[in-house]
Amino acid sequence: MELIVSAGIGALVATGIYLILRERSFSVVLGLTLLSYAANLFIFAGGRLSAEAPPLVLDAVAAGTALAADPLPQALVLTAIVISFGMTAFLVAFALRTLAETGGDHVDGGDGEGRR
Amino acid sequence: MIHLPLLPVLVPLVAAILQLALHRAGPGLARGLGLASVALLALASALLLRATGDGGVIPVQLGNWPAPFGITFVADRLAATMVAVTTAVAIPALLAATDGTDRMGRHFHPFFQLQLAGLNGAFLTGDLFNLFVFFEVLLIASYGLLAHGGGPARARTGLHYVALNLAGSILFLFALGLLYGTLGTLNLADVAGRLATVPEADQPLVRTALALMLGVFAFKAAILPLGFWLPHAYAAASAPVAALYAVLTKVGIYAMLRLSATALAGTPWTADLLAPWLMPAALGTVVVATLGVLAARRLGPMVAHLLLLSTGMLAVGVAVGGPAMLAALLYYLPHTTLVSAALFLLVGRIVAWRGEAADRIEHGPRPPGAGWLAAAFLALAIAVTGLPPLSGFLGKVMMLAAAPATPTGYVIWGSFILSGFVGALAMARAASVLFWEPVGPLREAPPGPAGRARADLALALSLAFVPLLVLGAAPLSAHAQATAEQIAARRPYLEAVLPDGSAPVARERRP
Repeated sequence: MELIVSAGIGALVATGIYLILRERSFSVVLGLTLLSYAANLFIFAGGRLSAEAPPLVLDAVAAGTALAADPLPQALVLTAIVISFGMTAFLVAFALRTLAETGGDHVDGGDGEGRR
Repeated sequence: MIHLPLLPVLVPLVAAILQLALHRAGPGLARGLGLASVALLALASALLLRATGDGGVIPVQLGNWPAPFGITFVADRLAATMVAVTTAVAIPALLAATDGTDRMGRHFHPFFQLQLAGLNGAFLTGDLFNLFVFFEVLLIASYGLLAHGGGPARARTGLHYVALNLAGSILFLFALGLLYGTLGTLNLADVAGRLATVPEADQPLVRTALALMLGVFAFKAAILPLGFWLPHAYAAASAPVAALYAVLTKVGIYAMLRLSATALAGTPWTADLLAPWLMPAALGTVVVATLGVLAARRLGPMVAHLLLLSTGMLAVGVAVGGPAMLAALLYYLPHTTLVSAALFLLVGRIVAWRGEAADRIEHGPRPPGAGWLAAAFLALAIAVTGLPPLSGFLGKVMMLAAAPATPTGYVIWGSFILSGFVGALAMARAASVLFWEPVGPLREAPPGPAGRARADLALALSLAFVPLLVLGAAPLSAHAQATAEQIAARRPYLEAVLPDGSAPVARERRP
């Protein structure tokens, strides 16, 4: 379980870093999206990976005989998802505007061949 | 008034919501609401300064949830000072924007207020995840403000700025996830307490998380290898926005200072996390920014590099640490923020009437009212380069006096003094071209006489801080001294947030 999750996060980060180093703004947007997915999964995993643990304090948890799931990372990750979703939408709008203003989707504006 | 520390966040937030809800009522109402909001903010900052002036630390636990579980706001001398500086920059910047800049695009005023809410929230929060949230609030507002006015240059640099800051936010999230996974808390005071109990096996993970976080703050502050975005972004922004951005880099400095002084200084294995790499990076920033000032061919990038230079000097102060250096830093920080903001406003005022020449340092038409603009330029040049008799000189002397007598200290002396000399040279060269060698006819002012009067009023207001910083140097430096002692003592902050009575709750839940 841990191996799958960590390998998945690693793959997302690697792909994301590759994509944000590309020259087209579309790839950069995709790369940042993948990186934010990786960050969200990472926070989620920070609450420990466990199955069937109750999220509320029950008698067994209070007595120390059972582990409780930590609900806080889920709250954190929810906030992070909302923020990264909003930011991605904004970035897409911004990239479209750059396309309209500079006539190309190269990250430096224009078509990336000196014309701006 | 126990909820006083919330006021600097709530006032601009409410103003932004009202401006958005009532945006059909016309731009006049938005302006009025914005100005009313910053006036209220001035009142709130004064109250906050008074309330924290006796050394008290005021915590606010939202919803009365006790500290490590609820959302905590903390106002101490440092936070109150930063809020006051933000307000002091915001008032002239907003006034300058009413010369017509705010009508060059949509929703300038809500973005401006949201940016203030984000800045004040970042200064007042006592929780690292909340710090992230307020960073995002101020960033998304700053994206909107940077793009305000349109044009290819703003679109291009705006895209870089947004992409870089998003990457920074994602790194911040990784750091937060790692810190929560190992410590089980994100409340700053609780983090400070828990660092002492981390088992040795977990220490590398915690160090990684804290180092990542410091790296993000260094990026926000535009320290050397991460600072090359700043001159482009700040030079492309419109003048009032750039003036407000002068506070933005200080958020990074503030966050580094707060995290290192409150949490990292407490345990030996985290105490050396910041200074060893921050010192060379900060000195490098000073050197690169100095070269940038000299190389700039346009006024905007020149002032942006001057801002970068001052950020580098502040980072040197953070890296040296110790009450004496922190006191000097806390005197220098308000000075440099206010003077940089005034410089951005002055550049905007000059550029608006130079037509084709814009902000290029070359011969062009002399702007109307050149006499008083030149006087303002002279005063700000003296202040920003640290020549006597203005506040830059006092701040620099205090910082140099607090520099250690080691080889590093000598490098600090050399770089600070040389950077001041080079800055003076560049400013003198720019001024002689701008004001003494005019060519061509006067260009009629496009924003109209009312706009010009407002821009001049805003500039005069931001200039008024320059003599105030000198005349009030004694009380200001006493306040800075008290602030530095409060930060270095650590205990007042920790005990205010987590009173002794609250027993630490077991949060060890490893499967």
